Amino acid sequence: MANTAAHADDHAHDDHDHKPEGFLDRWLFTTNHKDIGTLYLIFAFTMACIGAAMSVVIRAELAAPGLQHVQPYFFNQMTTLHALVMIFGAVMPAFVGLANWMIPLQIGAPDMALPRMNNWSFWIMPFAFLMLLGTLFMPGGGPAGGWTMYPPLALQGGASVAFMVFAVHMMGISSIMGAINIIATILNLRAPGVDLLKMPLFTWTWLITAFLLIAVMPVLAGAVTMLLTDKFFGTSFFNAAGGGDPVMFQHIFWFFGHPEVYIMILPAFGIVSEIIPTFSRKPLFGYQAMVYAVASIAFLSFIVWAHHMFTVGMPLGGELFFMYSTMLIAIPTGVKVFNWVSTMWKGSMTFETPMLWAIGFVILFTIGGFSGLMLAIVPADFQYHDTYFVVAHFHYVLVTGAIFSIIAAIYYWWPKWTGRMVNETWGKFHFWWTMVFVNLTFFPQHFLGLAGMPRRIPDYNVAFADWNLVSSIGAFGMFLTPFMMIAIFAMSKKSGAIAPQRPWEGAHGLEWEVPSPAPHHTFTTPPVIKPGMLAHGDVSH
Amino acid sequence: MSITPDQNKNRRVVKIAVIVCVASFLFGFRVMPPIYRIACEHIFGIKYENKVADGAKVAAFKEDDARLVEVQFVGNVNSALKWKFAPELFSVKVHPGVLTEAWFDASNLAPDAIVGNAVPSIAPNRASLYFNKTECFCFTEQMLKAGESRRMPVRFVVDPKLPADIKQLTLSYTFYNNELATKRLAAQEASTQPKS
Repeated sequence: MANTAAHADDHAHDDHDHKPEGFLDRWLFTTNHKDIGTLYLIFAFTMACIGAAMSVVIRAELAAPGLQHVQPYFFNQMTTLHALVMIFGAVMPAFVGLANWMIPLQIGAPDMALPRMNNWSFWIMPFAFLMLLGTLFMPGGGPAGGWTMYPPLALQGGASVAFMVFAVHMMGISSIMGAINIIATILNLRAPGVDLLKMPLFTWTWLITAFLLIAVMPVLAGAVTMLLTDKFFGTSFFNAAGGGDPVMFQHIFWFFGHPEVYIMILPAFGIVSEIIPTFSRKPLFGYQAMVYAVASIAFLSFIVWAHHMFTVGMPLGGELFFMYSTMLIAIPTGVKVFNWVSTMWKGSMTFETPMLWAIGFVILFTIGGFSGLMLAIVPADFQYHDTYFVVAHFHYVLVTGAIFSIIAAIYYWWPKWTGRMVNETWGKFHFWWTMVFVNLTFFPQHFLGLAGMPRRIPDYNVAFADWNLVSSIGAFGMFLTPFMMIAIFAMSKKSGAIAPQRPWEGAHGLEWEVPSPAPHHTFTTPPVIKPGMLAHGDVSH
Repeated sequence: MSITPDQNKNRRVVKIAVIVCVASFLFGFRVMPPIYRIACEHIFGIKYENKVADGAKVAAFKEDDARLVEVQFVGNVNSALKWKFAPELFSVKVHPGVLTEAWFDASNLAPDAIVGNAVPSIAPNRASLYFNKTECFCFTEQMLKAGESRRMPVRFVVDPKLPADIKQLTLSYTFYNNELATKRLAAQEASTQPKS
């Protein structure tokens, strides 16, 4: 078993794992990438539960026409906070957590490059969200102008505006530090022999995501700072009465916002590109094409932002440019989808739980991609804009895209983290339950949107009642899945089968060269790469 | 602890990343707003600045007797402002190159003095570069005392070079409450009144 130098070294540590003794020393002051990864994942899961509870409030109100459970203003707070919590509190930290856990293991590094900063970037997050969620208990309530914070509506809130802006600043600082850390780790700490074009795709997608993060999070910080000064310091960046322009906010916001969309999906591409080859028992089809496709998507994400605002009254030339550049993204994305399918083609496939989630991702994410193409068509978008069709579209790419991939990653790497296998029957039940209810929730929203139901509205025409009820039933079914997840993983942690070092037959890569569970410190001396050890080691460049 | 080559490499990456961050913050904060203006004016031909037309340019316009352009007027009031505001005439037909005057009526329905600012807009927006205002109530703050009414003039010339397919254009104004100026005014009145 001890087939590498690093491995032998790890065993030397096994008797005393060098874990800090006290609870605070272990978790609050930790600089260990695995512990910080765990913290991120627990935080993200907690936030996902809070965000899911908000979505249940929203769907309960929308289950029938008319107002029944909450007042419109509170409903608007729920839609706004649901988005902010899910985007900045659940999806992004979950990916950062996975990056913390897996990137050092995948590239043979002992830890992240800047461990102390790593600690800081995590521990800012809980405070940012305490501030953001605290607004719910303040006079005037939480932010209710939508997560996009468009002025002048967003500025009509009370104290919550300032709290929201500062919370966004803190989340931004946290993600930027996380991103810098990831870039430094990947560029500087790769074990000898792990060339850039031999890196696993999860690491690759995160490298590109981290570049997107440091390029656009400061733009968001600038935009919200201008909101803050407009509200409290008498500037007129977006204030029409003072000669400002509210449309300019939308341009700046979406210049951040569109790359942000890819920040939330590129690591998902990476995860799926790890899982599908494993369970197809074939190397990833078109490894280099996959890397270049991710890079092109990242580049294109900077020049398509105005497709979020086709109806602001842009000149025709602008609309055409943003329409065509948006449609161009379908090409690299299509390359990725076809490569995943080609990887499965004629492979000896088995359908363990992580593979089910990954295939679910490919199918449902593609549906979300297609509705995105429909939205990219300017004349059609005038009809779809701000309807439930948009809601259906971005939930297909974020829930069945990003969240599915995160769940797939947890099922895939859980044996490595804990040394225990997950019960396959329950894992598959979890998948099929989610598959049924997620589609029940979001597929009917396509119909509602095409029929003209507006988003962010607590009440609606009775004509929309039936599909809204279906969608709400789906949401209530979905709300059981976090609890299912807790039960499944608690069961595995307590009494799951002991996981071998390589729990999945077809898995390749350095993370499978360390024992399960991964010791507290791994690769304290760089591993010696042998042929066949890396999933993409044979790729020439 | 001595600095190993690794730490030097990390410092370099951090330095570059921080520079990128600062640059992109400045880009959003200081570069994008002017780019937005430039793109509006020079690429898409939408006049962004609300200012007095160049006198020499207007004086050089030749009257185009053969052509009549309809100019429509619209007056709106933002919901945060308790004013009434409407054009006296809904439309006039003008020859390009001829200086024309139009009047708007505004009255303050609120019990306090309020300062308002009018924001103009021209439709279709590609006509905005050819619409020149030599005088306009929208260039300055407008203060109306409680219950006061005022006639407000705008004098404009349509550039004879206006594209031939544009036969009708709309000049619309929206009045906004200039909250800062209104507050300043209220503070001034509060400090002067006790003396009188």
